[in-house]
Amino acid sequence: VKALNRREVVASLLERRDGLLVVAGLGSAAWDCTAAGDHPLTFPLWGAMGSAAMIGLGLALAQPKRRVLVVTGDGEMLMGLGSLATIGVRRPGNLSIVVLDNERYGETGMQKTHTAYGTDLAAVAGACGFADARIIRKNTEIAAVRSSIYRGRGPLFFQVKVKRDSLPLVLPPRDGAHLKHRFREALLGEKAAAQ
Amino acid sequence: VRERTSKTRPVEVIDWPAAIHNALKSQRVRQVSYVPDAGHKRLIELCHADRNMTTVPLTTEEEGIGLAAGAWLGGERAALLMQSSGVGNCVNALTLAATCGFPLLMLVTMRGEAGERNPWQVPMGQAVPEALRLGGVRTLRLGRAEEASAVANTAAKVAFEEQSAVALLISQQLIGVKSFEEKR
Repeated sequence: VKALNRREVVASLLERRDGLLVVAGLGSAAWDCTAAGDHPLTFPLWGAMGSAAMIGLGLALAQPKRRVLVVTGDGEMLMGLGSLATIGVRRPGNLSIVVLDNERYGETGMQKTHTAYGTDLAAVAGACGFADARIIRKNTEIAAVRSSIYRGRGPLFFQVKVKRDSLPLVLPPRDGAHLKHRFREALLGEKAAAQ
Repeated sequence: VRERTSKTRPVEVIDWPAAIHNALKSQRVRQVSYVPDAGHKRLIELCHADRNMTTVPLTTEEEGIGLAAGAWLGGERAALLMQSSGVGNCVNALTLAATCGFPLLMLVTMRGEAGERNPWQVPMGQAVPEALRLGGVRTLRLGRAEEASAVANTAAKVAFEEQSAVALLISQQLIGVKSFEEKR
């Protein structure tokens, strides 16, 4: 089986995204989301490694009528492994996590992550009480992943095995305050200013 | 609640956790995350019983900083409860508050202060104010029960109206000292 292309996977998940709220973990996952089109309702991280899933949880609890997708890498997810247990406590039905798993720390010299040594993140998520948690290896499975993210009952977890290639950097804005403000204005409109 | 002192003079015992809970309510805090501490026992129970609050138990304190950022992106206010030893777990996640200006309201019950009987609590407890300052978090102190309402309201206003990071440090003197004696 040929490993998946991460940019193509993310592009197919984010095209015609309607009201989808996206949190992108630092590094390649954020570049992949930006390559699919910079968007005010994507909050890309440039730091705070390990926080992406928890930001997704806070957002999903605050916005139960919207779908929330966390796109992150295997290294970032490993650093926040406990957050899977925390999400398993509240189990928001509108939250999905997609881990783009290349089994490497792509930003620091392609060192192996724990998934290269066999850590099964999907099994961890399943054991933490996610409604569905699985490893995705084939292009033919992506349509079903997309359908689940937009309509399925969460929390959902997809560990997508992707190729270990270094792709051109496509960088989102770096200004965190700007990223926060534009997200809130796009989501909350006039209420964003009212706190 | 009324108790009698040794001089049998009745004194009003102020329910400071209830005062903090009321402050969180009036400041429209909707998500309350925590790693438990004995000093937060009653406040955690009050938040669990409050139908307008979603409580989120955490595996480690830094998770609560991400949660609060996500809540704010979604238009809700959050508070994070922890013991002083958890402050050290938060340091890198504080980047979210520092770079993005996310509001952050931390309620920290202190260990390692006067009367501490566990020396392992002292290094982190003593470092808390400086560690928070280095991480860009303003600190407020709650030492007396009668100040709980005012100080908690102030802390929440600093966090949400000024969109800044603030930690309310609740003195060990107020909470009481862990005795390490068997409960009977």
